[in-house]
Amino acid sequence: MQNKKSENLKEQVLRMSGVNPSKCMRCGKCSGTCPSYDEMEYHPHQFVYMVENGDIETLMKSDSVYKCLSCFACVDRCPRGVEPAKLVEALRLCVIRQKGKNHMTADDIPAVLDDEMPQQALVSAMRKYSK
Amino acid sequence: MKFSYYPGCTLRTKAKELDRWARSSALALGAELCEVEDWQCCGGVYVSARDEIATKLSSVRALMSARDKGQPLVTVCSACHNVIKQTNHAMQTDKEFADKVNLYMSQDKEKREPYHGETQVYHYLELLRDVIGFDKVREAVKNPLTGKKVAAYYGCLLLRPGSVMGFDDVENPRIMEDFIRALGAEPVIYPMRNECCGGYMATEDPALAAKKSGAVSESAAGHGADVIVTACPLCKYNLVKNQSPVPVVYFTELLAEALGVKEDTHAE
Ligand code: SF4
Ligand code: SF4
Repeated sequence: MQNKKSENLKEQVLRMSGVNPSKCMRCGKCSGTCPSYDEMEYHPHQFVYMVENGDIETLMKSDSVYKCLSCFACVDRCPRGVEPAKLVEALRLCVIRQKGKNHMTADDIPAVLDDEMPQQALVSAMRKYSK
Repeated sequence: MKFSYYPGCTLRTKAKELDRWARSSALALGAELCEVEDWQCCGGVYVSARDEIATKLSSVRALMSARDKGQPLVTVCSACHNVIKQTNHAMQTDKEFADKVNLYMSQDKEKREPYHGETQVYHYLELLRDVIGFDKVREAVKNPLTGKKVAAYYGCLLLRPGSVMGFDDVENPRIMEDFIRALGAEPVIYPMRNECCGGYMATEDPALAAKKSGAVSESAAGHGADVIVTACPLCKYNLVKNQSPVPVVYFTELLAEALGVKEDTHAE
């Protein structure tokens, strides 16, 4: 049962992201260039091999899915064209698309807002963190 | 020459200077930016998942509207540019995605031809480089910014992903430096010019945004910059909020200053 579920999740993540994790040669360059490296429990190269191993639920439980800045550095600097950011994105969507699993809601905004903060920051955060 | 123009929500509110000087400088250079009617917010950030459709429709509507006018679409905010350009690329290359989008679009009140990524999208800097030409910009300069040391901050969104954005060499870009030279100023090359400012982490984890943007502004200042230029309201916010040692301005402000457009406006 458990195995079937993680297989389905893996299939879903691969389809959403269009990523082929088996292209990865484990060089770690994506993680080396990731600006969120220090903040992540699992780093971009770990997303790649954990997805390959079907270890999706561990990733879904980790805060690391919220730490990606969508900077695409790992996409452009991967020598194998793996595009790890697309896996992080797919994993995050797997979490927030579940009912009641929004990571940020409109009620959280007043606490982070100041007079200068551009609309762009808010719409981006809402797009990344809530459904 | 006329272009469709997509300002985006932040340029209407917190980043009016980016918008205002983009329009008046374009006019001074012979390009008329015609705002897309009824444009909607691009959403600020592109969601790469292929099954994410609804969040990309606002970009498709703007792209279609430019196509129907037979005009290229010009953007100026880095984030809008990234979202619209990536959406356009997906419409060109991912047939399944494009079919789903066109199915949604067929439900819109206004009926339009299906869209397959026909519109040419230019960031304002690309308009200056590829359509107007930096030589023409240089000729139009009335107040050369001689002696000013300007650090171009590219950040992420103009450049990456390189295969989609096609903006410039992702690791060693020069379009903003060429722009700075055309204005008579001196570009400052510094290591952090294409690294992330922390972006929307300003909401989720401000300490991380502070660390990332601090590293950028210190790198620029450490290499002798008098001022940092950006095309992104969120980069500007993060840099200023986290005590950049040097001022941060939009590239269109420098352009307007050099073209003498700012004085003309004051004289009115
Ligand atoms: S896109 Fe995300 S995972 Fe990739 S380098 Fe940037 S912050 Fe790290
Ligand atoms: S940079 Fe690419 S090949 Fe290297 S570990 Fe990361 S995903 Fe794998």
